[in-house]
Amino acid sequence: MTFSKRTLLALQILVAVVALGIWHVGSSVPIFGVYFLPKFFFSTPWDVAARIVKLFSGTLIWKHLGITLTETLLAFVIGAGGGVLIGFWFARRPLINAVFDPYVKMANALPRVVLAPIFMLWLGLGIWSKVALGVTLVFFIVFFNVYQGVKEVSQTVLANARMLGMTEKQLFRHVYWPSALSWMFSSLHTSVGFALVGAVVGEYLGSAAGLGYMIHEAEGVFDTTGVFAGMVILAAFVLVVDGVVTAIERRLLVWRPDTAGRNG
Amino acid sequence: MPPDIAVSLEQIDIIYRAQGNAGGGARDSGPAQAGDYHAVSQATLVVHAGEFVSIVGPTGCGKSTLLNAAAGLLRPANGSVSIFGVPLAGLNAQAGYLFQQDALMPWKTALDNVAIGLEVAGIDVATARDKAEHWLAQVGLQGFGARYPHQLSGGQRKRVGLAQVLIRNPDILLMDEPFGPLDAQTRQIMGNLLLGLWAQERKAVLFVTHDLEEAIALSDRVVIMSSGPKATIIGDYPIGLARPRDAMDVRLDPGFHAIHKAIWEQLRGEVMKAYQGVSA
Repeated sequence: MTFSKRTLLALQILVAVVALGIWHVGSSVPIFGVYFLPKFFFSTPWDVAARIVKLFSGTLIWKHLGITLTETLLAFVIGAGGGVLIGFWFARRPLINAVFDPYVKMANALPRVVLAPIFMLWLGLGIWSKVALGVTLVFFIVFFNVYQGVKEVSQTVLANARMLGMTEKQLFRHVYWPSALSWMFSSLHTSVGFALVGAVVGEYLGSAAGLGYMIHEAEGVFDTTGVFAGMVILAAFVLVVDGVVTAIERRLLVWRPDTAGRNG
Repeated sequence: MPPDIAVSLEQIDIIYRAQGNAGGGARDSGPAQAGDYHAVSQATLVVHAGEFVSIVGPTGCGKSTLLNAAAGLLRPANGSVSIFGVPLAGLNAQAGYLFQQDALMPWKTALDNVAIGLEVAGIDVATARDKAEHWLAQVGLQGFGARYPHQLSGGQRKRVGLAQVLIRNPDILLMDEPFGPLDAQTRQIMGNLLLGLWAQERKAVLFVTHDLEEAIALSDRVVIMSSGPKATIIGDYPIGLARPRDAMDVRLDPGFHAIHKAIWEQLRGEVMKAYQGVSA
């Protein structure tokens, strides 16, 4: 079936309008004297919108966003950096890999949320406990991808590079490194997403700033409007970050035949 | 040994060791053990400087194995490999190798793929790129430098591969069924391109193919390999056809048919043996 882009957009908007309409009617119009979506639990679309406008007219929201973004970026950079280094090291040193293999599997099997209290104990309520949580999530994704990337370098490309006169150092730079990076970037959406999850969950569990903190604080005083407003801002924030990641990916993986068809 | 002999394989044995057997890989010497695959046995082959030699044989007979030994990618269990009279240790630095499979770095553009051989040799990037432009033009790909391998057709990728090898000006060209994956017309065009480039520089070429017609059309000499295991060289035919040749037109030459008939009579037996080996 074929449809134009305009029809698609119209239908997509329609879905949003219907959903918001149901929310509005359920929370604001009594049907047989009953509110299907009581304001106390569901707030109303107008209240949430008004709250978002009010939040962005102040300066506090930018501070929260800035904190969450900083935590996300730090978690991603540190986790990805560690994943690349260790992934490379393990892939090139089979003995090291064999020795640590069960421990890596064990650490990866652990649900990372349980580490949050430990990190808070060690690193306090500031940004570093959230960064640490994000790092434990990002590290393993990047680590496994880089390991795979180095292991699965085409033997023909490798033999060709050797015949072209490359030394081990040059092989690293021109063959292993780009191959590993391409695997890392193929997991970019997932790892950035996890960095954000680490930051927000960490903030939610205990902090004094950030989007997770904002939502937690609103929840603490039964401010449903505040919780919903926080969720909408968080969702928009994730979409923006994802858009940036897609743009970076398009640029860096231009040589990959499947880049155009891929979606996060 | 006279220096005009570019490649000399003397009585080489190549054994693929089964995992767990002594040494592992094909690096060590010694007799074959249970589970090992004795790919090549007592093979002797000489390629003179400037000579175009093709190896023809049934599928899986160890043609590529022989080429890898000449490249230094595989070490024979017995026998010796000499390059211009010097025993080969490690990789053959005087040889360029054109692989059967795609061997271009997919993350580099065509231009960078060609230039890399000079860059890693310490030549500055600007000079290397200038030379790479020249070589892309030589293989008929002027203006394709910015493309990535996946944006090129199979034939174009082979052309880039050829430029990538030739830019280093190797004395010896090793080619492993380089045009194997291409369609018949493209193969003949590539054959002519190769003959044209070869006529300019007259490098020693060792060309592996399963296509006897291609081998006769291109070569000064065609050697026949027996079917594996323990494959060896069983025939050596000089090709007296006049040069310069056209890889397409030469096939209509009456001399071509006489040579083809003579070689095919011997080759057919080996091909049949290989097929029976597969179906058994």
